[in-house]
Amino acid sequence: MATATNRMLGHLGDSVERLEDPPLVTGKGRFVGDINFPDQLHMRIVRSDHAHGKIISVDTSAAEAVPGVVAVWTTENIDDVPPIDFREGSDPTLALFRQYPLARELVRYVGDPVVAVFAEDPYTAEDAAELVVIEIEPLPVLINADDPPQDFKGQATTEAAIVEQGYGDIDTTFANAFKVVEIDVKVSRHTGVPMECRGAIGRYDEARDVLEMYGAAKVPHRNRDTLCRMLNRPASGLHLFEGHTGGGFGIRGELYPEDVLVCVAAMRLRRPVKWIEDRREHLMAANHSRQQRHIIRAAVAEDGEVVGLDDELYLDQGGYIRTHGTRVANMTTGTLPGPYRFPVYRSICHFRLTNKTPAATYRSPGRCESTFVRERLMDAVAVAMDMDPIALRRRNLISLEEMPYGRALDVLGDSVEHDPGDYAGLLDQGLAQIGWDDLQKKLAKRRANGEMVGAGISMFFEKSGLGPSDGAKIFVDNEGFIEVVTGGASIGQGFETAMAQIAAEDLGTDYRRIRVVHGQTNRIDYGVGAHASRATVLTGTAVSLTAQAVRAKALDMAAELLQTSADSLTITDGVVHAKDNPTGPSLTLGEIAEALIPTSKLRGDREPYLKGEEWFHIEHQTYPYGHHIAVVKVDPDTGGVEIEKYFIAYDIGRAINPMMIEGQLVGGLAQGVGGALFEEFTYSETGDPQAVTFADYLIPTLQEVPDPEILLTEDFPSIRTPLGIKGAGEAGITGAAGAIASAIDNAIGIPGAVTETPVSPQRLKKILSEHGK
Amino acid sequence: MSDKKDITLTINGRDHNVSVDPRWTLADVIRDHCGQTGTHLGCEHGICGACTILVDDSPVRSCLMFGIQADGKKIRTVEGLANGDEYHPLQRAFIENHALQCGYCTPGFLMLATGILEAQPDISDDDLNDVLSSNLCRCTGYANIIKAVRIARDEMKAAS
Repeated sequence: MATATNRMLGHLGDSVERLEDPPLVTGKGRFVGDINFPDQLHMRIVRSDHAHGKIISVDTSAAEAVPGVVAVWTTENIDDVPPIDFREGSDPTLALFRQYPLARELVRYVGDPVVAVFAEDPYTAEDAAELVVIEIEPLPVLINADDPPQDFKGQATTEAAIVEQGYGDIDTTFANAFKVVEIDVKVSRHTGVPMECRGAIGRYDEARDVLEMYGAAKVPHRNRDTLCRMLNRPASGLHLFEGHTGGGFGIRGELYPEDVLVCVAAMRLRRPVKWIEDRREHLMAANHSRQQRHIIRAAVAEDGEVVGLDDELYLDQGGYIRTHGTRVANMTTGTLPGPYRFPVYRSICHFRLTNKTPAATYRSPGRCESTFVRERLMDAVAVAMDMDPIALRRRNLISLEEMPYGRALDVLGDSVEHDPGDYAGLLDQGLAQIGWDDLQKKLAKRRANGEMVGAGISMFFEKSGLGPSDGAKIFVDNEGFIEVVTGGASIGQGFETAMAQIAAEDLGTDYRRIRVVHGQTNRIDYGVGAHASRATVLTGTAVSLTAQAVRAKALDMAAELLQTSADSLTITDGVVHAKDNPTGPSLTLGEIAEALIPTSKLRGDREPYLKGEEWFHIEHQTYPYGHHIAVVKVDPDTGGVEIEKYFIAYDIGRAINPMMIEGQLVGGLAQGVGGALFEEFTYSETGDPQAVTFADYLIPTLQEVPDPEILLTEDFPSIRTPLGIKGAGEAGITGAAGAIASAIDNAIGIPGAVTETPVSPQRLKKILSEHGK
Repeated sequence: MSDKKDITLTINGRDHNVSVDPRWTLADVIRDHCGQTGTHLGCEHGICGACTILVDDSPVRSCLMFGIQADGKKIRTVEGLANGDEYHPLQRAFIENHALQCGYCTPGFLMLATGILEAQPDISDDDLNDVLSSNLCRCTGYANIIKAVRIARDEMKAAS
């Protein structure tokens, strides 16, 4: 760790301690459950225990009679509230499939909110919720997205959309192929599962006619916009506030039924309304993710070039379409080709509703799934062509000379254009660092001695920094303290520290003098929040540009006061001085700020205050890249998989804080290991969820997670951002399932054995017994 | 619903006289009735360990104990770990080694580790792994948590 000492702390590239940590290690955090308002009510949701059915009747009388219960709502009490809309705006083709805050006429999954109980304390609310009687007439339950679609409300089928992307002539390419290799692989249903369950507090300030929601995360500004649209309120009269956030991973912070309910209830019941989710609810109510089945084939030329890729996939969306619309389908079909050339490509996604918890994005959405599928296919092609899997990959990687490499594919409205990067070069570095050839010999020897050990690789490209724009504001006060106001969000990733380091670089100030504001919609008009690994790339660049503008203003004012030119000045530790004379005449940033107050005679024609506001507009997303290598040992008796060694190589472009980036990679990997080996939401035939506690939904403990070796390179700064930054949030998870699956195949000596995640002991035992092992 | 009982919880050396429903969990009493919200709830069924505190110096899942059962007992939570402005060696090690991201599981890990290092200052790396694997973290991948606790163990031992 490159910790700076004896100088100003916190410049770009320094692994400084996080600004976030002191309150979090002392119990002073302000998570949503820790926030209370006088006279608040507590909300409890009664959820459907049927996976699909018609609501015949709802009897709330017993619940209403419980002392301390203030109101019990069904959808009839809020029949003027529309279904929850899409984050990117209305979409008439998908509007039918949206979810109402409380189920209307039908329930579509176990966990679907039907009734909201409001009471004086949470225990009473929960007691009363038990007394609500909901009569449901069961309807046929659809569990598998690859089964034939069913009717949806008599107006459509459950195949809500078909998302197709591609380029080139598939039919001719496959007809002329030297060999065609096909696989059928599945990614299980699993999700982010942050340690803090969700929560929301609605509060209506009647005096100011302002509605407030606490517990916002991820995209507070986008959710404010959606809520304004749904509740017909001006943005000036609806504010969202993010406190500490106990993990996000893509699933927390989307606009959910409960968020809308606390807002509506706060206005109508005229009291603050608090809702805190319990873990059982969380596992059946918060967004699930990932579940896809791909039937994919490769057209291969004689020399191992994969000349065509043809994919058909079934995406299990669950009961409704939530805020993301078809984003996961778009990202899956848009990123499936990964780091390889694949001159002809087609992917057809059947985006289908089922009677399970609605699905949406989870860390590395689309890429996690498509990387597993593509890397399984590359392994299968290598076997079919009798080629070394590394050589096969090399044959197909996009080369540095071809960069930037555009494809006629869309990822979230952005046409894919790979940033310059040396995919093969990083592979060389990675294989050299881990000693791949020597490793192969050692593993072969151990296998010869009867051990089931093997290694596997998974290559990927990531996407980060989704645009188009973000802005930031910086204010320096008369004491030289600096406030950076952003529309970003902090979900535990170290956002404040990263932004402070970026601002400190240009303002010549210790990063600890900088306060970073995020997730407060009343402080800045616009914000992209924290998702799609965009915070550091977009918001960070906006902060950098703003800091440069403030620096220029400070030097301009100082130049006049010191009777010199701005060019000759610099800033060190918050003090402006001549570049060639650090001990000569100087001014602190605070003194300069004071010279710029509105009443100052020194200010001249300059705009008041030492402050700035700048925007950053990005043309394309950035595309960082890397690979994962796993070494595993399989226990044939138990079907257990032990990860003996793990390696991640990643080109970050430019590291702001390497310690935090490694933290992102290691933490992402832990979730990747969970998805590859343990985590799965299983359902009964009748749609009953079977993983609704941590006893059934298995998050890895430290016994299961390897401490990976990491090769973090800065060889190819992004050409899309002035600082060269590329995102770091998702690369730790993207390659995990592919590398682990490949290593298991290798360990058990059965090529293509793993076709489905998680590779649970039961699944692995089945594979072994089917092959007589 | 039921008759309340008056109890006294001694949390971090301070007496809290509270009137509790017998069914209130210790975690809820500490958080909602004693104002100490540093103890977090992650699952409320004893698996994640986020709510771990020390009761009479032993680690306890405060979601699995009723408040009334702690009447008169000595409770230690994360709020009492630092000595004024001076961090406990575990807190410092967690900061210096990036052993937390969102920080939600952190109080549970800190109190679990405090309990175990006080009881077994010489605990081996393997035994420490066994103990720490009883709590869940979703952000860090655990590597830095293990590192931080080992460093704190060595420091605490050297200082004793």
